[in-house]
Amino acid sequence: MAGLPGLFAGTANAAWELNLQAPATDLARRVYDLHSLLLWVIVVIFVGVFAVVAYSLVFHRKSKGHKAADFHDNTTVEIAWTVIPTLILIAIAFPATSTLVQMRDTSQPDMTIKVTGYQWKWGYEYVTGDAAGVKYMSVLSTPRDQIENKVPKGEHYLLEVDRPLVVPVGKKVRLLLTSSDVIHNWSVPAFAVKTDAVPGFLRDTWFRAEKEGTYRGQCSELCGKDHGFMPVVVEVVSAEKYAAWTADQKKAMAAVADDPAKVWKLDELVARGEKVYTANCAACHQPNGQGLPPAFPALDGSKIAKGPKAAHLDMVIKGKPGTAMAAFGAQLSDTDIAAVVAYERNAWNNKLGEVIQPAEVKALRGK
Amino acid sequence: MQASQHAAHAGHHEDDSHGHGPTGLMRWITTTNHKDIGSMYLWFSFAMFLVGGAMSLIIRTELLSPGLQYLSPEFYNQMLTLHALIMVFGAIMPAFVGFANWMIPMMIGAPDMAFARMNNWSFWLLPPAAILLTASLFVPGGAAGTGWTLYPPLSIQMGIGMDMAIFAVHILGMSSIMGSINIITTILNMRTPGMTLMKMPLFCWTWLVTAFLLIASMPILAGAVTMLLTDRHFGTSFFNAAGGGDPVLFQHIFWFFGHPEVYIIALPAFGVVSHVIPAFSRKHLFGYTSMVYAIAAIGLISFFVWAHHMYVTGIPLTGQLYFMYATMLIAIPTGVKVFNWVTTMWRGSLTFETPMLFALGFLVLFTIGGLTGLVLAMTAVDIQLQDTYYVVAHFHYVMVAGALFSAYAGLYYWLPKWTGHMYNEGLGKLHFWLSMIFFNIAFFPQHFLGLAGMPRRIPDYAQQFADFNMISSIGSFGFGFSQLLVLVVVFQAMKGGAKAEARPWDGARGLEWTVPSPAPHHTFEEPPPFDPAEAHG
Amino acid sequence: MSHPAPASRYFVPDPSHWPLVGSFALLLLATGAVLTMNSIANGGFVLMGGFAVMAVMLFGWFGRVIGESESGSYNLQVDRSFRWAMAWFIFSEVMFFAAFFGALFYVRVLSVPDLASPEQAGLWEGFKGQWPTAGPAAKDLFTPMHAWGIPAINTLLLLSSGVTLTWAHWGLVANKRQQLITGLALTILLGLVFIGLQAYEYAEAYSHLNLKMTTGVYGSTFFMLTGFHGFHVTLGATMLIVILLRTLKGHFTAERHFAFEAVAWYWHFVDVVWLGLFVVVYWL
Ligand code: HEA
Ligand code: HEA
Ligand code: HEC
Ligand code: CUA
Ligand SMILES: [Cu+2]
Repeated sequence: MAGLPGLFAGTANAAWELNLQAPATDLARRVYDLHSLLLWVIVVIFVGVFAVVAYSLVFHRKSKGHKAADFHDNTTVEIAWTVIPTLILIAIAFPATSTLVQMRDTSQPDMTIKVTGYQWKWGYEYVTGDAAGVKYMSVLSTPRDQIENKVPKGEHYLLEVDRPLVVPVGKKVRLLLTSSDVIHNWSVPAFAVKTDAVPGFLRDTWFRAEKEGTYRGQCSELCGKDHGFMPVVVEVVSAEKYAAWTADQKKAMAAVADDPAKVWKLDELVARGEKVYTANCAACHQPNGQGLPPAFPALDGSKIAKGPKAAHLDMVIKGKPGTAMAAFGAQLSDTDIAAVVAYERNAWNNKLGEVIQPAEVKALRGK
Repeated sequence: MQASQHAAHAGHHEDDSHGHGPTGLMRWITTTNHKDIGSMYLWFSFAMFLVGGAMSLIIRTELLSPGLQYLSPEFYNQMLTLHALIMVFGAIMPAFVGFANWMIPMMIGAPDMAFARMNNWSFWLLPPAAILLTASLFVPGGAAGTGWTLYPPLSIQMGIGMDMAIFAVHILGMSSIMGSINIITTILNMRTPGMTLMKMPLFCWTWLVTAFLLIASMPILAGAVTMLLTDRHFGTSFFNAAGGGDPVLFQHIFWFFGHPEVYIIALPAFGVVSHVIPAFSRKHLFGYTSMVYAIAAIGLISFFVWAHHMYVTGIPLTGQLYFMYATMLIAIPTGVKVFNWVTTMWRGSLTFETPMLFALGFLVLFTIGGLTGLVLAMTAVDIQLQDTYYVVAHFHYVMVAGALFSAYAGLYYWLPKWTGHMYNEGLGKLHFWLSMIFFNIAFFPQHFLGLAGMPRRIPDYAQQFADFNMISSIGSFGFGFSQLLVLVVVFQAMKGGAKAEARPWDGARGLEWTVPSPAPHHTFEEPPPFDPAEAHG
Repeated sequence: MSHPAPASRYFVPDPSHWPLVGSFALLLLATGAVLTMNSIANGGFVLMGGFAVMAVMLFGWFGRVIGESESGSYNLQVDRSFRWAMAWFIFSEVMFFAAFFGALFYVRVLSVPDLASPEQAGLWEGFKGQWPTAGPAAKDLFTPMHAWGIPAINTLLLLSSGVTLTWAHWGLVANKRQQLITGLALTILLGLVFIGLQAYEYAEAYSHLNLKMTTGVYGSTFFMLTGFHGFHVTLGATMLIVILLRTLKGHFTAERHFAFEAVAWYWHFVDVVWLGLFVVVYWL
């Protein structure tokens, strides 16, 4: 029975996939082969053992008049079936070890990207290479309506993001993983990469994609409510496309950089804040501001959102340790924080009519 | 009351209609009789199995098709956590403690457990723990939604339900430790003269080692959740890097308990099977001595392999290699057991009553689960499979088809001894075949899902996983509802049916078959003579 | 109370309601603790109720056991059972402490050096990782506990209490009741002084050294290890007091006194744990 995946490999279509995903790196191919080897080993053992059982079941039954033999020890066979499995295990330990050693060799990367897990999105920051300095968030882009079965599901349902990780083909990419809240896990099966993002620690892993294309994975460590909704998408592109993408990113970064001294008007601020809110806060506090009490408090009418400005800003900048409320000061710019807080204080029933300037955020951050 | 008690002890009684002592509900609450307590364990465990099973059906209903249908993601996580905690600590472990209570004194010729009153407490600690766990669903914020592994920092974020789960674990731990001390003491100190350790029934051997594993590992779990509690409420930093701790530290402590725990579940199952297979093969168990050594080896090695659950946490390469090799070692003693069972059947005189069918089902499916465990032990492959449904398939093969099937084998095997009546063989066989078929429909496809990359612990999944999930859900419903047959079988056997002889199975060996069926309330008040013909091995 | 069993027969107690009372006590304790920790009203009352029921249960249950013991119900086989049970119980306690010692080992040898290693520099700039530490994000300074003050005195106290207890045991075996009573009283006294000094040390830590439960992982391991140990000393001292009272009532004979031995084993176990603590928590 355990042999099925091996027999059907290759003939399977997408929906009836029976084996590991098609490997897209040298390492993934080695893992694939190692798994195939193991599969054959266990199938052979299984068939061998249960052939004996089947023989007994058929020929040694009482209903056929078989009389029980009287033996209950035999040192020779007992030694044999201790030694033979040991030898089999030693044999498979060799490829298993060498594959693992290769897997852990993160030395001499062509570029390094820092990956940060957030509840429930991924942050990417290019640390070395041409794109050094580029930094953005990658969030699930499947519409809510598809998840709630209100409209038909798209082709890449739950495996699509607004901004994938973009890397050049054929380059050794080293990832530095960490997390801002709970443990997440960055995983792309086609690369044979799966590493925990542990808050407070950096862990590294690597891959070298062989073919251009889009590769998909998912967060693989239970990280709370939306654990099932934080996919990983990697776009592997040619060197030229990568250069173009890098240039675009740099230009875009320069363009959106806010003038910290700008004085914002209320409607501008609220419009900007709504975007920030949808991207960062709505997962917990919900688009309508009602939250999901008691785990995630409502902001509509909340004491903090209607109370003094400073306390509200403080909550957003520093978060609340020990709860899911993260310190957004580390993720958002002064302008974004000003905007989102202004939005919260003016949206729903919180019509306070207050304006908050980035400078106020800056002043509070120091404290 | 005391006076009549004295009389009751004076001789063997054919039945348990004592005129003294509490009756009705109070009899069960205050009982110090190992058979009463064994029955309570078994009923409790079955009730918990239904509750945990109902939760798994809720999970499978949500997973029937892609999209969020019935549950919110938070609630899904809570169901997942409680399903696992209730199944492991509420259903499977108490089931085997129930067997131990009923059978160990009868197998070794003891009048009762060594500490009959503490035995009662071990049982009555379970309901408070069950209350805490189930009630946590109804407090603000709901139950813990962390998975049964309770990893911080996620578990630090949880609400009141998490604290309730922590205290439930503490209480369960006390129960297990007291129960284990009782079992070890009974086995070491109360065997009838002449029954040396190497002539002792294998079920007692598996429990001896299991009890040791429990005493050594439950306090570790208690320590781990205590640290969680102080991190949550008293500002300690065990699992917080900012204070110099490490979230991964919890995983080390948890799995130092958690891996022995899976053998705590498996070993008594091995024990039951080691009685059933010889009985229906009408042969001695093959390789008794090597069985004993294998049990001891499994118990010992299980303390040195824990980090095979942590291959992706970033432990150093040397650590990964060590834990890979160590984990592979366990296949050797387990293989010895499998081969011994196979050889016991070889040239036997086999019949296929329900206990034997379940033992065979166990043998086939446990081996599949064990072999996939071996695949998972290979670090490089596990990194592909960790946290996917392949793991879910692996452990349901070893725990449901392994432990649960073996518990059923034991139930059908000893039911005549307990009730005095033969069960309905036809229904028993039906129960087996339905379970066998639906179990595989439910869990075999999960291997494919895992290989293709479907993560576990998600309430919604990408569309390419839809077909196998639907099959798996249908299988689960079939499997779940088939289990209700057990109730029918057991009630029938309690009410009536063909009278069971003292030794209803002609191939069965052991002291428990020398007393009448149903076993009188008090057996072996004087140590019985030990007849080597009843010895194992 | 109970019928004396013939010497050849294993004692099986009558039905008892104490286990259920004990379970109820634990349910109350757990509920009370959950409520208190989450600052929900009346949690304290439930908690106190739990302790009260627990105390009633302990008195009732142990009273019963002592009665059975004194009435001669326990034969030598039962006595052996008690020995096995106490030994395994102490083993389970050892494993409980092992979890915390393991945590200390892990942070000192693995996680703290790792946090200070160059690989983590992107996260915790400038963290030195010298033990004792309150972690890379710590701001407040604190003074660690020194080994050669109160802790060293405490070591002496506990070690001598082991000696006095053994001396008391000699008295018991040799039927010298006065030596037994004096030895027990001295042991209890040493235990109580130990607890007093420990309490003083904690007060110092909080008020002068700025060393608290919240002082990073040093504070966490320090207070959890010494705290659980102190709790065990308290339990041990309580049990010794019970033994002393029973001695005064004339319990125990030179041949049969397992309760005394069990408590002595427990006391020695607590002693050994302290030595471990002294070396790895205070000294190294
Ligand atoms: C009853 C419970 C039980 C048992 C007995 C086992 C048995 C084994 N398990 Fe399993 N395991 C679990 C319960 C169990 N497991 C659970 C609950 C989890 C998941 C926990 C969680 O994350 O929630 C898990 C997870 C788990 C993992 C981690 C997966 C992951 O999260 O990535 C690994 C990895 O090594 C593993 C390995 C093994 C091995 C090697 C055995 C071995 O003991 C198997 C040995 C048996 C055989 C090998 C078959 C018979 C032998 C022969 C026929 C001889 C010849 C064989 C050879 C020479 C190969 N298990
Ligand atoms: C011994 C333990 C044990 C047992 C017996 C089971 C039994 C079952 N488990 Fe369990 N399961 C675990 C231990 C166990 N499980 C663990 C440890 C996890 C990991 C959790 C984690 O990730 O943290 C898990 C996770 C788990 C998942 C993964 C969820 C996820 O990762 O998202 C799934 C999904 O299919 C599942 C399904 C089932 C099913 C269908 C059964 C069936 O076998 C159950 C069949 C029984 C019944 C259905 C009972 C019959 C009842 C009725 C028919 C009606 C009810 C009526 C009344 C209440 C009156 N389990
Ligand atoms: C991962 C979940 C999560 C996300 C994302 C999140 N929050 Fe929160 N938030 C919480 C939780 C949990 C609390 C409650 C903390 C507590 O226990 O006091 C909270 C509390 C708050 C409060 C205080 C409300 C009150 O009345 O107590 C404010 C204001 C707030 N969040 C603003 C924001 C803003 C602005 C964002 C986005 C930039 C955001 N949150 C994103 C989980 C989240
Ligand atoms: Cu992030 Cu799961
Ligand atoms: Cu394991």
